[in-house]
Amino acid sequence: MKPGRWLIILPPLLFLLVFFLVPFAFALKISFAEVAARVPPFTDILTRTPEHGLQLTLSPANYQYLFTDEVYGYAYLYSLRTAFFSTLICLALGYPMAYAIARAPKSTQNILLLVIILPFWTSFLLRVYALEGIIRDNGLLNTLLLHLGLIHEPLKIMRTSLAVYLGIIYSYLPFMVLPLFATLEKLDPTLLEAAADLGSPPWRTFLDITLPLSLPGVIAGSMLVFIPAVGEFVIPSLLGGPDTLMIGRVLWDEFFGNHDWPVASAVAIAFLVLLAGPIAIYQYYNVKQAEG
Amino acid sequence: MERRYSPLLLTILCLGIAILYVPIVVLIAYSFNASPLVNVWGGFSTQWYSQLVHNRQLLQAALLSLEAAVTASTIAVILGTLAAIALVRFARFRGRLLLVGMVNAPLVMPEIITGITQLLLFVSMVQTFSWPHRGFTTIVISHVAFCTAYATVTVQSRLQSADQSLEEAAMDLGSGPARAFIEITLPIIAPALLSSWLLNFTLSLDDLVISSFVSGPGASTLPMVIYSKVKLGVSPDINALASLIICAVGSCVLIAGYLMRRAERRREAETFSANQTHTADRAPHG
Repeated sequence: MKPGRWLIILPPLLFLLVFFLVPFAFALKISFAEVAARVPPFTDILTRTPEHGLQLTLSPANYQYLFTDEVYGYAYLYSLRTAFFSTLICLALGYPMAYAIARAPKSTQNILLLVIILPFWTSFLLRVYALEGIIRDNGLLNTLLLHLGLIHEPLKIMRTSLAVYLGIIYSYLPFMVLPLFATLEKLDPTLLEAAADLGSPPWRTFLDITLPLSLPGVIAGSMLVFIPAVGEFVIPSLLGGPDTLMIGRVLWDEFFGNHDWPVASAVAIAFLVLLAGPIAIYQYYNVKQAEG
Repeated sequence: MERRYSPLLLTILCLGIAILYVPIVVLIAYSFNASPLVNVWGGFSTQWYSQLVHNRQLLQAALLSLEAAVTASTIAVILGTLAAIALVRFARFRGRLLLVGMVNAPLVMPEIITGITQLLLFVSMVQTFSWPHRGFTTIVISHVAFCTAYATVTVQSRLQSADQSLEEAAMDLGSGPARAFIEITLPIIAPALLSSWLLNFTLSLDDLVISSFVSGPGASTLPMVIYSKVKLGVSPDINALASLIICAVGSCVLIAGYLMRRAERRREAETFSANQTHTADRAPHG
């Protein structure tokens, strides 16, 4: 291998190594430390003692704490459940959308794709804020429904689980549609024609041909919605109530509210372990696709 | 594909698009509301927009965010392009799998995990090297990390579809590999560089969670200021600011997209006619 190539490989490799991968080692290290009143606010796990030279003190207390305080178990389960059902709803909504776009004539297709991509470019935070304008007690939805006489008192959507679901679906729908479209677009229409010629009804053709062939898109889209949704902070914080305790919010409060960095690190590490499966699936499909 | 639409499909498509756009349209409409009350329409007014100009806190935060976004996305496009070249052009090298993993992981890693782990690194680094101090520098570094991932993926897919035979031809004619790349392939992937820069810019400008962790006292980015205001309740001036940002980003994306499509078409036409006249015997690459 020519030495010149390392000039190209090393800068991104080293940068990501130092500033993306190595930080996880530090989080792991600090998750075994104890909270202390100093700067930074945790104890050293390696200390110098006169007798032994270096001494390694690993305190599993933070992890034990995660199991004893039921807030964490609740938050993990609540996050997983919310992310799972939001992903299902996004899939149910996104699949027909991607299918319709893939079948549209080329000129319409480009416009529709742009329409789907544009919200992805606009600020996530501001879009969550915009949604609040629709669903809050005196927001557009309630005003409209009250005006039409369909309801007599405002629906309570804000600060409930429903608001969190709406927020996730609204924010992550483009992430579902785009990978689905990418696989559906590549679908060979002659396969569908052949199935129809052989007497297969449309729903059979869909189940036998379209769905299996679009499976990589289904998986990619689902992972792109599910993984960030589990770790979502902004949506439950702005739209949810006190009971919509997602793991991102717990971590945030532990860090900024309680200033307990070791426990926050332990929450992050435990969270990462929980997500290892979905991330591995995503990586596997992604690498397979990228490497052809 | 065939053009047959079921009404159900069309309904869901329209519903999905409505979900994506109605909140934004309503937000922009309310930003022109003269009344500070959210449920009362007090007539048309641009007062919230003119108030923005006098909000020093917002302007300072906006400036910090813009500087960080420009710096981070520029560095990230350079690193991402290098990573994409390595992944597409060099079949085997030590650390390849590691690089593939590291450019894909930030795309799905929850921001809150990235944020806290990076902060812990920075804190430990300051203890040992007295660098980097939390603020602009740490915001830029952490943004570069996730932006590099997006840049790599965007440039990688463009580079994969770029015709390498042109570059080979240049090298056959005596050009060095670096020069051949810069003169032949770089112009071809330029639209991807621009679009990944824009994507990085908007992602960096929008980031709340990672910045909140790695930033230090006195360095608040625009999303951090917006978040703390929104957390307290609806404020009409945030409606105006949000409308401004959304419209600015939206029109930039549309204009850039239009320009890139035009440039791409022209290039395709040129390559096509060049292929027709000069290498009629060679089958064009698909």
